[in-house]
Amino acid sequence: MDFNNTSDFVSGFWNMFVIGLVLVSILWCAWFLWIQGSVKFNPGEVTGHKWDETLEEYSNPLPNWWRWMFYLTVLFSLVYLALYPGLGNVSGSFGWTMRGQYDAEMKAAEAQYGPKFNQFLKQDVMTVAKNQEAKEMGGRLFQTYCAQCHGGDAGGTTSFPNLKDGDWLWGGTPEKIKETLVNGRMGIMTPMGTKPDMDGEQVKDVVHYVRSLSGLTADSARVQRGAELYPQACAACHQADGKGMQAAGYPNLTDKIWLHGSSEAKMIEIVTKGVQNQMPPFGEFLGEAKIHLLTAYVWGLGGGVPPEVAAPAAVEAPPADAPAAEAAPAAEQKQ
Amino acid sequence: MQSQATYNYKVVRQFAVMTVIWGIVGMLVGVIIAAQLVWPELNVIEFLSYGRLRPLHTNAVIFAFGGCALFATSYYSVQRTNHTSLFLPKLASFTFWGWQLVIVLAALSLPLGFTSGKEYAELEWPIDILITVVWVSYAIVFFGTIGTRKTKHIYVSNWFFGAMIIAVALLHLVNSAAIPVDFFKSYSAYSGVQDAMIQWWYGHNAVGFFLTAGFLGMMYYFVPKQAGRPVYSYRLSVVHFWALIFTYMWAGPHHLHYTALPDWTSSIGMLFSLILLAPSWGGMINGIMTLSGAWHKLRDDPILKFMITSLSFYGMSTFEGPMMAIKTVNALSHYTDWTVGHVHSGALGWVAMISIGAIYYLIPRLFGKSEMYSTKLINVHFWLATLGTVLYIAALWISGVMQGLMWRATNADGTLTYAFVESVKASYPFWTIRVIGGVLFLTGMLLMAYNMFKTIGSGRAVDDAKVLEPAHAH
Repeated sequence: MDFNNTSDFVSGFWNMFVIGLVLVSILWCAWFLWIQGSVKFNPGEVTGHKWDETLEEYSNPLPNWWRWMFYLTVLFSLVYLALYPGLGNVSGSFGWTMRGQYDAEMKAAEAQYGPKFNQFLKQDVMTVAKNQEAKEMGGRLFQTYCAQCHGGDAGGTTSFPNLKDGDWLWGGTPEKIKETLVNGRMGIMTPMGTKPDMDGEQVKDVVHYVRSLSGLTADSARVQRGAELYPQACAACHQADGKGMQAAGYPNLTDKIWLHGSSEAKMIEIVTKGVQNQMPPFGEFLGEAKIHLLTAYVWGLGGGVPPEVAAPAAVEAPPADAPAAEAAPAAEQKQ
Repeated sequence: MQSQATYNYKVVRQFAVMTVIWGIVGMLVGVIIAAQLVWPELNVIEFLSYGRLRPLHTNAVIFAFGGCALFATSYYSVQRTNHTSLFLPKLASFTFWGWQLVIVLAALSLPLGFTSGKEYAELEWPIDILITVVWVSYAIVFFGTIGTRKTKHIYVSNWFFGAMIIAVALLHLVNSAAIPVDFFKSYSAYSGVQDAMIQWWYGHNAVGFFLTAGFLGMMYYFVPKQAGRPVYSYRLSVVHFWALIFTYMWAGPHHLHYTALPDWTSSIGMLFSLILLAPSWGGMINGIMTLSGAWHKLRDDPILKFMITSLSFYGMSTFEGPMMAIKTVNALSHYTDWTVGHVHSGALGWVAMISIGAIYYLIPRLFGKSEMYSTKLINVHFWLATLGTVLYIAALWISGVMQGLMWRATNADGTLTYAFVESVKASYPFWTIRVIGGVLFLTGMLLMAYNMFKTIGSGRAVDDAKVLEPAHAH
């Protein structure tokens, strides 16, 4: 849609109304000032009116510099309206629009900076991840677009995932990371899992069972009862072994990572009320080249998993101190 | 024949005292939220968190402190300049209690989280209705008093107060139009960019009429009174009055430059903001030039110092405003601390200082004393207030321009040089200076309260001031 050629008015009447009102109003200011020229003054004399014993007014004229400043602003306004949009649908002789300025600046920026970003598109993510210049550019993009949630160090915080620890909700291969960046993700846990008729005690039981899966403190009697509820309430998503399913974003319950907190109260709240978590999509906003750089940056933070074809065995997260990238056969750098 | 009638000072006294009290409350909340920006740990519980207290601060200083000051000074000057007692004194008394109720309800509902989400108009619809009732009563009392005047001509201060009363009624009714969901929640009657435009039409005119026209009315009575000199130019007061109230109405769109607002609306907002410069300065010229020939009085009259300094800040911020309304300047200043600094050069420098001067003028006269308990303390208050204001606005000028420059700085590859949080980090020293400025200003208000209660303690409530016969010079 060409926003530069659409009218803001539902009918021609409002356009004319705005033009007329603006011009009359600005010209009124000048006229009002002009007619003061015929007023007779007696500088230094009071007007003869007196209020509240002492309040009087001098019959001094308007200061000249003030009058001319007033005229000047009126004149400036009329000139501005001839050059820029302001009188309804009249576009002004410069043809300037806010949107036009934005488009022009974006176009100039794309011409200037585009090649710097596009050069990396030809390389695969793991190669880009090793390139120092790409790392710095990706890091700057990360600070602008990602740090608000994931933190300046990508370490995340409660409900916002850590991107360096090798634990991935949706997968840590270059393809999966890119998919997450482009389309965003929506994680949903339904209240009470798949067993909506659980009562408070049963919720607590199943929570204790889940706690036992990752070595958190748990009441053994509750664990036993919870183990019987788990298959019906949780296993459909988190799987029978509690390890979840990355393909669908179902979290692993057996590791030590608890995105929303691991207190008993928090876990009871989540089972009872469910939880929704969202990563917004960036594909359209950032474009292919920047997404590629960010994918490489995030992948290279330490938790990246090699592509499945290259290393089919790497399902378990690699240890943080030895990024999988090191183990994967990296392509020769092209630069 | 008028020898029996007396001025109604009671309601003036009530509003004058509450001006000081609410000033302290509002500025204290301001200091707290300024400190919360520097030390976020001070956000202890949700009711006293920054997001809840910020609207409380703005409402308290504008409508509680500023509002009480306007009520007090307009009720005083409208009687004195019209040579008659206040019209419908019981209704005047109702406006006092009604306005205090509005303030108390605001102080309760805002921390509890009830808000319509409109800046400077956050109060929910039942309180909005109460405001309307009180304001209409105020209009009846004020214009009724003018209607029963004993003079032929209406003094200039009354024009400004009157314009303020009419315009604020209009602004409040249009902007607060809302559809209630229940007793505690409503949604704006407008949507999208129209809602934003109406909000800033209101927001800017709250500045233009409540905080400018109203306080110019105050200035036109108290500056010539305190200086003992005639107003510099009657004609200037006529021209700048009509030009001011006419052009202010157009300036709102400058709050929405580079948004979904259409280009033409944005341009008109900018142009009328520029045209507004001269009408705004008309008031400053008339106030300051009233002192010409009596400059020596500034040496030993701290009340006059407050008034003249307030006019200087008024002139400065009404120059700064039109400059910031220029689209190119606004592209840098918008969303930064510069805006906050600008508002405070008007709020602390102009509105608060002219009110403080006027209240210092009023207190002894309302309590049967020839002067305040301590003139020296007024002097100390003056320097605390001036220094506090200068520290506040200078700090936010620097941090504002710095933020604007940091946000637009780019690297060789076009990426942003600074993450947002880096601009926050860089602002901390200036936010600390702001806290200091705020504490100084608040300390001055505490001295004022002490001075006021000392004056009241040794005085008596004056209820027998005879209504004066108008001079028959004309």
